[in-house]
Amino acid sequence: MNRVPLEKKVLSENDRMAAELRQRFNERGILCLNLVSSPGAGKTALLERTLAAFPGNQRVAVLTGDIQTDNDAVRLARFGFPVRQITTGGTCHLDARMIEKALTDWHLQDLDLLFIENVGNLVCPSSYDLGEAAKVVILSVPEGEEKPLKYPSMFIRSELLILNKIDLLPYVPFNKNKARDNAQKVHPGIETIEVSCVSGEGLPQWQSWLEARRQSRLRSLAAT
Amino acid sequence: MHELGIANSVLDAARVEAQLRPRMKLTRIVILVGDLAGVDRDSLSFCFEVLVKGTEFESVGLEIERRVQRHRCPRCDREFEVVNFDTVCPVCAEPMTTLVSGNELELAYLEMEDL
Repeated sequence: MNRVPLEKKVLSENDRMAAELRQRFNERGILCLNLVSSPGAGKTALLERTLAAFPGNQRVAVLTGDIQTDNDAVRLARFGFPVRQITTGGTCHLDARMIEKALTDWHLQDLDLLFIENVGNLVCPSSYDLGEAAKVVILSVPEGEEKPLKYPSMFIRSELLILNKIDLLPYVPFNKNKARDNAQKVHPGIETIEVSCVSGEGLPQWQSWLEARRQSRLRSLAAT
Repeated sequence: MHELGIANSVLDAARVEAQLRPRMKLTRIVILVGDLAGVDRDSLSFCFEVLVKGTEFESVGLEIERRVQRHRCPRCDREFEVVNFDTVCPVCAEPMTTLVSGNELELAYLEMEDL
């Protein structure tokens, strides 16, 4: 019997492609964010509010993934920025190849910011690197405060937690501090912003976070 | 949910290695799956069995080695197993410790027999 050592990642092909994408984004100073959450947590609503607040000359684009339909792309295209739907046709996550394909005829030099709205799923998208600078996980109030403990992989791999739909707090048994504690438990130090896409509460903090990340990206580009 | 895709990636990698060694027969694939990998081990085994059925790899076994979450303390340099997401150092109570294992989704090695 012979033992052939491999010692490589199962998803090494995806990782290789994601590394290429990351390099392309970095070279052009593009901040790419991968938005992840369970279905219905408000990824599209957050993007709608985000795009609506940008000036018309903002160099931003969105790739939005869904198993079926182009509803999200239609919702997001209303703001006049480039939006492209990736329909996975059954696949429960986006992978780096899908991103690369979707970007083929886009001029990346025209962008500062690229949002990737992943397929709504708190499990599978955590395994697939898309070349993003950071994952942003969105947890909405009606989902319950125990989600970080039930789906730790996603919360561990995300740099920012958006606690969304906080306008529903008076109506739903949801312990906000418990949710924050649970997120800190699985990912000590994770940043958290409380947001309502209905009332607009917390959106300025989210915009400041984006701007700070974008500025630090541009500074690191200038330094190279 | 994505275990079928993972099983397929495992099989693709094994196939490439097997083709490099035409005088050997692949008998077993050993992979490491961390508790934080977001992969269900039972589901992965099941998907693998479904994929190899009726192929030249039907007799190939998939062995999944579990890797628990382990952290290292930057202050006292102790490594410890994380139970129930309690990542505080059990020795010196340092709260900010670093992950050293539990994230794995790796092909460890193949076992092959001479033909």
